[in-house]
Amino acid sequence: MSAKPCLRVENLHVTYDVGSTGFMGARRKLHAVNDVSMEIAAGETLGLVGESGSGKSTAGLAILRLIDVASGTVRLGETDVAGASRAELRALRKRMQMVFQDPYSSLNPSMTVAQLLEEPLVVHADVPKDERRSMVGRMLESVGLHAGYAVRYPHEFSGGQRQRIAIARAMMLHPELVVLDEPVSALDVSTQSQILNLLKKIQGDSGTAFLLVAHDLSVVRLMSPRVAVMYLGEIVETGPSGRVYDEPAHPYTAALISAVPFPDPERQRTAHRIILGGDLPSPMSPPSGCRFRTRCPFVMEICSKEAPPKVAIEGGGMASCHLHAHGPKLGGRSLVGFMKDRALVTVE
Amino acid sequence: MSDNTAPLLEIRDLSVQFPSPHGWLTVVDKVSFNVGRNDIVCVVGESGSGKSVTMQAAVGLVQPKGGRITSGSVRFDGQELVGMGNRQINRIRGNDIGFIFQEPMSSLNPAYTVGEQIAEVVRRHRGASRADAWKRAVEALDRVHIASASSRAAEYPHQFSGGMRQRVMIAMAIACDPKLLIADEPTTALDVTIQARILELLRELQRDSGMSVLFITHDLGVVADIARYVVVMYGAQVVEAAPVDDLFGAPRHPYTSGLLGAMPQVALERGHDPIAIPGTVAQAHAWPTGCRFNPRCLYRREGPCTTGALPLTSVDNGLVRCALTEELRPILGRATMVPA
Repeated sequence: MSAKPCLRVENLHVTYDVGSTGFMGARRKLHAVNDVSMEIAAGETLGLVGESGSGKSTAGLAILRLIDVASGTVRLGETDVAGASRAELRALRKRMQMVFQDPYSSLNPSMTVAQLLEEPLVVHADVPKDERRSMVGRMLESVGLHAGYAVRYPHEFSGGQRQRIAIARAMMLHPELVVLDEPVSALDVSTQSQILNLLKKIQGDSGTAFLLVAHDLSVVRLMSPRVAVMYLGEIVETGPSGRVYDEPAHPYTAALISAVPFPDPERQRTAHRIILGGDLPSPMSPPSGCRFRTRCPFVMEICSKEAPPKVAIEGGGMASCHLHAHGPKLGGRSLVGFMKDRALVTVE
Repeated sequence: MSDNTAPLLEIRDLSVQFPSPHGWLTVVDKVSFNVGRNDIVCVVGESGSGKSVTMQAAVGLVQPKGGRITSGSVRFDGQELVGMGNRQINRIRGNDIGFIFQEPMSSLNPAYTVGEQIAEVVRRHRGASRADAWKRAVEALDRVHIASASSRAAEYPHQFSGGMRQRVMIAMAIACDPKLLIADEPTTALDVTIQARILELLRELQRDSGMSVLFITHDLGVVADIARYVVVMYGAQVVEAAPVDDLFGAPRHPYTSGLLGAMPQVALERGHDPIAIPGTVAQAHAWPTGCRFNPRCLYRREGPCTTGALPLTSVDNGLVRCALTEELRPILGRATMVPA
């Protein structure tokens, strides 16, 4: 990336204290995000994909300093976010915003839409009342709602309309970065694509950078040119979305893609698929070496001994996997050809 | 009493109402479909489509929630379930009909081991001794591929992961060898890699036992994966029903084709942005006149689509509720493109 990034994250670590092991026991730490780095340019979307327990939402919250950062750097433009003081953070809040998954719990039910949208202006921008009103009206129209809806309460809206309101609220102060945490997964199928298309339009108009946190790689591919895949707190693969989706180079990415059923019965009957065995290991005691090895269909001896190196992948990005230097020695090629010769249903 | 050539479950003109500030609302409106023996039927719809209430009404679970069945019949294995007494229907539920729900944690009692909970179902419905019931519980856990079933049967629900709890729920549902398994969004709360395993498991159990499965979901990907016959609901009504290959190969209702076109995976394949269905899902207190989908339909025509209730008519191998079926056949028939 040649342009100055809007967001630069380097070696981010986030830990949670999870109480002691027993009476007088040592306090234990859960390592939720382990050495995560990423960059997003102004006006760009980066997709962050993973399942529950992958640390993707935690990473999003830490980048906004909504939870504490254990170590690492987070920079928004020239400003240090990870090390910002309370006063500095307050100034940073208007430059970075968040849209949550569930628009039923993220909007205060006792506030009107106008109050919800004006609140950031009152807190951060000291805009006169008349001007606030017209800004709210304009913003509602830009998210596809009537300006007259400003007097209504959240319960009067459907899920999709509420998510429009949440997006409008996030955009009120023209932030440089918005973290979108599963913005469509709580919505009805018929309205999901409305919101995706709206987000694209808003980004085109505003030039805001988006970090899109999601579990569905097809949603991410539609929305963002680049993607990072997380598993158990670590980024296991990055790259251009098209390359990652069509030519995954990490077995977890391949499994994640093949697990999402395609709406075509013929294809589902014949699809080559990877069924992952076992459960997500506890982040309290992650497996040695490669964290994915306990569920990986291609596990080798080296996987428990050494952490896999980051390997540059043909077509862009990287994958952390021993298969590139050992076993089939893929050397940066995708897994697709290698998988074709194998029965991939993994036993429990 | 049962006739093995008749469908296992026959729902005819079933209507259900629930009270609301707007008066009694019809949330299931003259719904009819069958579940054959040794079959997997998916009912697909969005929130408020009536898909879950249809299932609950069929097995006598809406009255306890304040709802009422206003018309229709539900025949299960030769017996009429509508109007059946509580004791009798209780004997069928859990015995001949097993259930799995979306949230495995809230369906399990945290204070009992999973083995005890499964054995309880077996004792209650089969009158088995404690020892036999326990044995059956362990067997059921084994059938859903829980490793070292006999020791894990003695563990509590919190000791299981989300995917494993859903396996426990399935074990409980199949412990009495039901003829029909009703699964209401059983994978919606699970991660996709776990969902893939649960779908695989349900397919295997169905194949091995010959039971029928009635599967309720909002996800057309899941439907394509598991269904043999599909019933699409919108606005409390069945709008389309067809064998799975017909439904996906040539959807006959603009709603079905719209749902497909709105899916990110389909849009990616075709190289365009997902085509959103405009507007919001119809609400029970304000059903549109005529076709309930008409305010959101790309092909809506004043007159045929907006006056009078539309019947469900037979088309090819399926059924569709649309005033413009013949006209739309060449357009919708070519998969799911919208006109340029």
